[in-house]
Amino acid sequence: MSARLGWAPYALLLPSIAFLAIFFAAPMVQAFALAFEGADGGFSFTHVDRMLGDASFRSALFTTIALVVLVIPVQFALAMSMALVINARLKGQGLWLYVYALPLGISELAAGIVWVSIFTQTGWLNSILMGLGITERQIIWQSGESPWLLIACIVIAEAWRATSIIMIILVAGLQSIPREFLEAADIYGATTWQKVRRVVLPMLRPSLQVALILRTILAFQVFATVIALAGTGIDVLAAEAQRWATDIDNDNVAAAYAGLILLLSLFSTILFLVLLPTREEHQA
Amino acid sequence: MTAAPREVPLARRRSGRERIVERGLLYLGATLLALFVLVPIYLIAVSAFTPRENAFDFPRSVIPSEVSVDTILFFINASGVLDSFWRSVIVAIITLGLSLLIGAPAGYAIARYGFRGRNTYRLVILSTRAFPIVILAIPLAVTYRVWGIDDTVIGVAFMHTALALPFTVLIVSSVFISVPRELEEAAQTLGCNPFQAFLRVSLPLALPGLAAAAIFTWVLSWNDVFAAVILTLQNPTLPAKILSALTQSPIYYQFAAGFVMLIPSVVVIFFIRKYLLGLWGRVVK
Repeated sequence: MSARLGWAPYALLLPSIAFLAIFFAAPMVQAFALAFEGADGGFSFTHVDRMLGDASFRSALFTTIALVVLVIPVQFALAMSMALVINARLKGQGLWLYVYALPLGISELAAGIVWVSIFTQTGWLNSILMGLGITERQIIWQSGESPWLLIACIVIAEAWRATSIIMIILVAGLQSIPREFLEAADIYGATTWQKVRRVVLPMLRPSLQVALILRTILAFQVFATVIALAGTGIDVLAAEAQRWATDIDNDNVAAAYAGLILLLSLFSTILFLVLLPTREEHQA
Repeated sequence: MTAAPREVPLARRRSGRERIVERGLLYLGATLLALFVLVPIYLIAVSAFTPRENAFDFPRSVIPSEVSVDTILFFINASGVLDSFWRSVIVAIITLGLSLLIGAPAGYAIARYGFRGRNTYRLVILSTRAFPIVILAIPLAVTYRVWGIDDTVIGVAFMHTALALPFTVLIVSSVFISVPRELEEAAQTLGCNPFQAFLRVSLPLALPGLAAAAIFTWVLSWNDVFAAVILTLQNPTLPAKILSALTQSPIYYQFAAGFVMLIPSVVVIFFIRKYLLGLWGRVVK
């Protein structure tokens, strides 16, 4: 039986392999070809040099890294709190999960606009602050003059939008921790904090690692949230790639930016694999 | 070890009033986190249902004095919005169809068959997630110009399918792993051929999970901005249209746009909420 159908699994895999070869692997290689192609068709650093010399390059690189470094810890603190709440099995557990998971389906652009309605000068935040008498005049949150304030707005918007994916991964990880472990800790009189520190976090390591890798890769590509909240007031790498591809119409420099994002992603992935080794990896 | 028994009553005492306080704090924290998610959604809804002439009123009132669809109608009737909306819908449907057509057989194969190269294939599929999608769009735009499918719905759909396919494969495989293989075998001993066994036994059982996977693919496509901006020019999808209109559009246009983009996502997550843990939890493993 299984011998007769020996070819079947390969036949089932074939379409997906072919599709990914054409639309995933080929463009990946082509991106580097574009970034390093010379005028004569040979190898050249012209486009990379042009990217490095671009007026916005340094600020785009700096802001992107700053956003990753600031957003990831905030998201993980929030996601961990949400996951622990779900795992504590409050009444209406399904409802809590739905609410926390809601932003999972919300796009970067929509999320950016949601927070524009809050941070804009005549927006909700100023209305509430002045309504409560905390400030006397409208504060301009989204101003190119104060980039750190603008970055703070983006961090909050990104924390709101993209925490849920981490939360889901952590909840799935928490559910795989045997309840007996926590009960044993209870019997020995462990406080909640001790249980989190000594039982939950160590056992959650594989999930944390996956979530960190996934979320960091996505964070390096931050794009529409920045455009919505900051316009061109702040440069990030993905927006630069888009500007070179569509406005300037230079696919080579755009590909160089994209390649840089890829390198940063791979670097961060390797960093997390080294910093947070898990037992599963040794087994696999 | 010997000290342990003495600590047991200590632990029991803790479970009295402290337990209640702890539980209360937990509900408080849970509520604050929920408000952080829900309040901005409420605020954009109020913004979108505020009539245009009141868009700049200050201070804004959290409880709207007037609910009107004026702003939303203005947005929908703005030039190019309805066209790009339909384009987005069509791209998402093609993406969904293609990724199920191509990805579901592969997912079924790695769930049901043991074969050489299975783990390698799984690993390759998993590792696609380590690559930023940003890098795909730019070379594909160049390729599409050669193929003559630049600035088309099908071109965007191909790119979205490339993004969604790894998820579809992994999700579908996890769905079929949870449908017992024995049922299919039982059907075969009762006279079904393998294909009939799949069609009559496994497929109906897998259907809800597959639907969740399909909906998730749909959301992925509906939400993409970056690829759509790179790959389209005259024929943008809705997010691409909105992004390029952002700088020239009045703020009430943005509010309505944000709300219109957000609503399908909120509804969709409600319908697939039961499967979220399965979708993402299993993708991890």
